[in-house]
Amino acid sequence: MSTLTKLTLAEANVLLNQKQISSEELTNAYIAKIKESDNEINAYLHFAFETAGETARTVDQLRASGEKLGTLAGIPMAIKDNMSTLEMPTTCGSKMLENYHAPFDATVVKQLKSSRAVVLGKLNMDEFAMGSTTEHSYFKKTKNPVNLDRVPGGSSGGSAAAVASDEALYTLGSDTGGSIRQPASFCGVVGMKPTYGSISRYGLIAFASSLDQIGPFTKTVEDMALVLPHLMKKDPMDSTSLTSPEFSLDQIRKRDIKGIRVALPVDFMEEGIDEEVKAAILKSAKTLEAMGAVVETVSLKSLKHALPAYYIISSAEASSNLARFDGIKYGYRHPEFDSLDTLYSRSRRYGFGDEVKRRILLGTYALSSGYYDAYYKKALKVKTLIMNEFEMLFQHYDVVLAPVAPTTAYGFDDCSEDALKMYLGDIYTVPVNIAGLPAISINCGFDKDGMPIGMQLIGKHFDEGMLLRVGHAYELEAKERGQLYVK
Amino acid sequence: MLNKYEVVIGLEVHVELKTKSKIFCGCSTVFGAKPNTQCCPICMGFPGTLPVLNETVVDYAVKAGLATHCDITRIGRQDRKNYFYPDLPKAYQISQYDLPLCKEGFVDISVQGKDKRIGITRIHIEEDAGKLMHDLNEGTLIDYNRCGVPLVEIVSEPDMRNADEAIAYLKKLRSILLYTEISDCKLNEGSFRCDVNLSVRKKGEPEFGTRTEMKNLNSFAFIKNAIEHETKRQIRAVESGEVIIQETRRWDAIKGESYSMRTKEDAHDYRYFPDPDLATIVISDAKMDQIQSELPILPDERKRTYMEKYKLAADAAEQLTAQKQLSDYFEIGVNHVETPSTLANLMMTDSFKNSYGDDEAIIFKIKPEALSELVMCIEKGTLNPSLAKRAMGYLVEEQGAVKDILKKYDLEVLKDVERLTAEAEIILKEKPMIIKDFLGGKEKAMGAFMGQMMKRTEGKADPEQTEKVFKVLVEKFK
Repeated sequence: MSTLTKLTLAEANVLLNQKQISSEELTNAYIAKIKESDNEINAYLHFAFETAGETARTVDQLRASGEKLGTLAGIPMAIKDNMSTLEMPTTCGSKMLENYHAPFDATVVKQLKSSRAVVLGKLNMDEFAMGSTTEHSYFKKTKNPVNLDRVPGGSSGGSAAAVASDEALYTLGSDTGGSIRQPASFCGVVGMKPTYGSISRYGLIAFASSLDQIGPFTKTVEDMALVLPHLMKKDPMDSTSLTSPEFSLDQIRKRDIKGIRVALPVDFMEEGIDEEVKAAILKSAKTLEAMGAVVETVSLKSLKHALPAYYIISSAEASSNLARFDGIKYGYRHPEFDSLDTLYSRSRRYGFGDEVKRRILLGTYALSSGYYDAYYKKALKVKTLIMNEFEMLFQHYDVVLAPVAPTTAYGFDDCSEDALKMYLGDIYTVPVNIAGLPAISINCGFDKDGMPIGMQLIGKHFDEGMLLRVGHAYELEAKERGQLYVK
Repeated sequence: MLNKYEVVIGLEVHVELKTKSKIFCGCSTVFGAKPNTQCCPICMGFPGTLPVLNETVVDYAVKAGLATHCDITRIGRQDRKNYFYPDLPKAYQISQYDLPLCKEGFVDISVQGKDKRIGITRIHIEEDAGKLMHDLNEGTLIDYNRCGVPLVEIVSEPDMRNADEAIAYLKKLRSILLYTEISDCKLNEGSFRCDVNLSVRKKGEPEFGTRTEMKNLNSFAFIKNAIEHETKRQIRAVESGEVIIQETRRWDAIKGESYSMRTKEDAHDYRYFPDPDLATIVISDAKMDQIQSELPILPDERKRTYMEKYKLAADAAEQLTAQKQLSDYFEIGVNHVETPSTLANLMMTDSFKNSYGDDEAIIFKIKPEALSELVMCIEKGTLNPSLAKRAMGYLVEEQGAVKDILKKYDLEVLKDVERLTAEAEIILKEKPMIIKDFLGGKEKAMGAFMGQMMKRTEGKADPEQTEKVFKVLVEKFK
């Protein structure tokens, strides 16, 4: 039974279609695995085993009756707890929303339901998706399944850990500055932040609206290619959503990347990066070259401005987005107040954690009159600069290869005293959000402690197909070369 | 003392647009529904919801801009205005900051025959907030029905110098907006709300004084009172050496005075920034052409036409064009008549005005065709204005056809010489003094006779025939 949770989505589909296994068996295997290991991993915040079982049985009946079912039908998965769900709480990892039940389903949740996905539950995260370790969840600390003494990364730490520990076949996370790619890297799974606007944000509780993007975690790149088309759809409920071109699965599966032009920016390999991470990325570059890709060293000068610009833009938007949590309509309200002011200030003081309050303060300051031009307006200029520089690069290259994070997963409390140290870990992921580009995080080796190292492939707007093509070819090649960890 | 000072007034008007649905969601905008029955997760700002702009709002705002001669911002955006208040569920209002949809327009007004042009600084779109209701038992309750109702805010230049100009501007602006049919502009329902910015300065001083802003003015009478009251308050303060502080004041209509709500020191820093949830507003050439073509002929142009083509007096033309419904009514009727001024005069009688109810909700009980029929009768000489007024009264009450009403109540000018002679003989028998006076050279006697004749015939006697009959009878007494 336990081997069922080792299946990839592609494999599970074959077995389901051949009726060698049922969705109910697969779902029960996952539920058993969660019951066995999640006490330790702490990936989940809410479970929906009963409805999961019902959905699985329905899918089995439909399959038995000969109904043509999609790739996601009957497949057990889980969702980050910042996407609104009718049937489960949506806490955003915050005391503020501890008892909050959304009155509607997020568009992605609706899409999953119509795909007949089996939703096992909802996953832990840093409060309001702010943080890189999932330690900032109000509820629990999720552990890295590779090494329980390490953080899983964040903010989608629960989503990464669930896939890495076989507690879900795939999961959804959200990425504002690296919150999918970095935990994927830390846990050794595949994580993708698609192009901004490609997956609807309707129902995703906003952190920074211009940067937030939902994306999946999967066990393989091929699985990623199978999940994405079900989510990348224009949504009339989201004004920033766009129509994504379709990509060809056949093209991706060909494992042919001859002549693909890969840019390797030197700026990503300078001070601050672990030598082991650097070595792994260079080795990946060699592997890609050996497969026929053309790898060239380039420069991305605006990288050094990306981090400050990111923290200004994201905090500014967050300060406004999170203002609605005022204790009036929903969420935490402090029991003692003697005026509207104290109702507001006490509810927000005790309802939000330190990291969230830090960002709100930062963002409020950056937008204040007299500071707006110096901070927010300047950050928007940097955004234009970064977008232009990527655009220049993509005139000559198909993908950009870079590390995901300067380090591998570190221990608990390593960053909790020093927010700035944690922020520095976002340096390689934030430029992608600022430019709205798609990027995938794929395991490319391990450090001496056995912790996974992730590489990042960054693509042109809506060129997810290229990232999947290069990523899939690389993943198979590296596995065959024995460069990747096999659990 | 008042003469030494000049008042400077600028007005901010909030107008609720009468779109079917709200600005960012599909909820209804109908006024007066039960609290919290016209709201959804989007207009209540639930986490994860996103706004999608109702494009009719942009069309309406552009219409308002074109009707007030504004430049239109063809590539615009929406900004967040951040502040905490329980009636604002997202804790920010989606508004427009530095790129309003319309800017630099004007409205022409006329006060006591003097024409003046009032500048429009800007017109922008935004969402309305909810309503707080303070209940003694329940505490403060919130009705979110109004959240997300689309508004345009119309900001004038500080071009007005007294309450009359301010009222004239507001009435004209309201008239123009009603013509464009983008709003009901009902002051009592809050779909046309005005804030007054006012300062005083000694005449001849180049700089403006410190201004105050007054809110909660929901009738023209309150606005006039508030302006006059605030003018006196500021002049008194300046005269006694006080410094006027920049503040927001709330008008208390019952007490007839204003009190301070907050000073500049407590003013919010709204931390405006472009709303990242919304797409850029792009107004295409085709859209501009379409809106332009939908624009009705506006009151100023109609007034000119009425004066030039129909030879109406300026005052009559002004009155008839002040409201689109009235003007449209006139234009239907005028096609049937030969003397437009007769129609205009009937339309300005109290009998007619009373027939359509109050100015805010005109419902014509007399069809324009019916009124034209009365005018045609006057033109033929079978009716006179006073009979026409009586006919209007019966038309309102009975809704019958004109000719039936006229027949039923015998509303026709009396020209029959025999009947007039018979009546005249009775009058002269009762009041022989009239003949004596007339023969004695008193011209007034004819008037007295006429009065008696009108009384006896309930105003129906034809004056010309009456005079003839009188003269014939008088001859006999010579």
